Amino acid sequence: MKHVLKIMALLVAISAFWIGLLETSVVPRSYTWLLAIYLIVSLGCYGLLMVGIGLMLFPTCPQEAVLLQKDIAEAKEFLKNKGVDVGSD
Amino acid sequence: MAKHEGKENKYSIIIPTYNERLNIAIIIYLVFKHLKDVDFEVIVVDDGSPDGTQDVVKQLQQVYGEDRILLRARPRKLGLGTAYYHGLKHASGEFVVIMDADLSHHPKYLPSFIRKQKETGANIITGTRYVRNGGVHGWNLMRKLTSRGANVLAQTLLWPGVSDLTGSFRLYERSVLEDVISSCVSKGYVFQMEMIVRASRKGYHIEEVPITFVDRVYGSSKLGGSEIVEYLKGLVYLLFTT
Repeated sequence: MKHVLKIMALLVAISAFWIGLLETSVVPRSYTWLLAIYLIVSLGCYGLLMVGIGLMLFPTCPQEAVLLQKDIAEAKEFLKNKGVDVGSD
Repeated sequence: MAKHEGKENKYSIIIPTYNERLNIAIIIYLVFKHLKDVDFEVIVVDDGSPDGTQDVVKQLQQVYGEDRILLRARPRKLGLGTAYYHGLKHASGEFVVIMDADLSHHPKYLPSFIRKQKETGANIITGTRYVRNGGVHGWNLMRKLTSRGANVLAQTLLWPGVSDLTGSFRLYERSVLEDVISSCVSKGYVFQMEMIVRASRKGYHIEEVPITFVDRVYGSSKLGGSEIVEYLKGLVYLLFTT
């Protein structure tokens, strides 16, 4: 099944549930649009939270740059002795 | 496809290049250094680099052997997706690795890709920069922010099942790569996303290994407005067509 259909099916299910609640007066009519607003706001907050947390915990590796420089030097040394042109570009 | 039990697998490493005269030499040295007991070949797909990349590759062939380093060049810049496809046609391994030539992907992770695939029997092993033992160096705060925002958006919309969607350091079972690549039409990094999302939708077993990514392009990868628009268009395209 196409992915977008899964998402739409989920939304339809939630809407059907909500309409059911409205129809059977479990939820007052004045709250009709509350679900849509609530969903959008929570989704937005969730997104911002995930971005914020991800940013704080963003894995960095400064030591890798140093190791890379070592590897480059090692490679250049080896290849120069083998006749490969490794002059700087 | 039946696994050849007891027979060593061969790995074809496809590296597209454009003006990577120095980096290709270093990459090939490091590949040979870290894959000492592995049956592999390197396939360099060069798009007519004016800086003499192909000459350096030919010198490397003298050092390591023309059967270990294949130069399969193209006349001019023809795009990443077609470069992989072109390399694939000349690959003789049961497994194919794709990686970048600019040293952002370090060959020292190749053994961990191979090991993970053997352990799990997965169809695709993809390198991820965004987990604890992975990481990125050379990105400023803005770049990290856009990367993180883009990732959260893609995760929310696509449920891809992998943590790093735009990464291009991957190991594929050869038949799987052939299957997936034939159904992908995007360009650039959206192409990488499309590959992994389509593979996920087709039910292939995908595993991840942590990798570190050193971005040495001065000023860090440019992410202007047009890149962001391309990305969003790519996301919408993937949302509706996968």
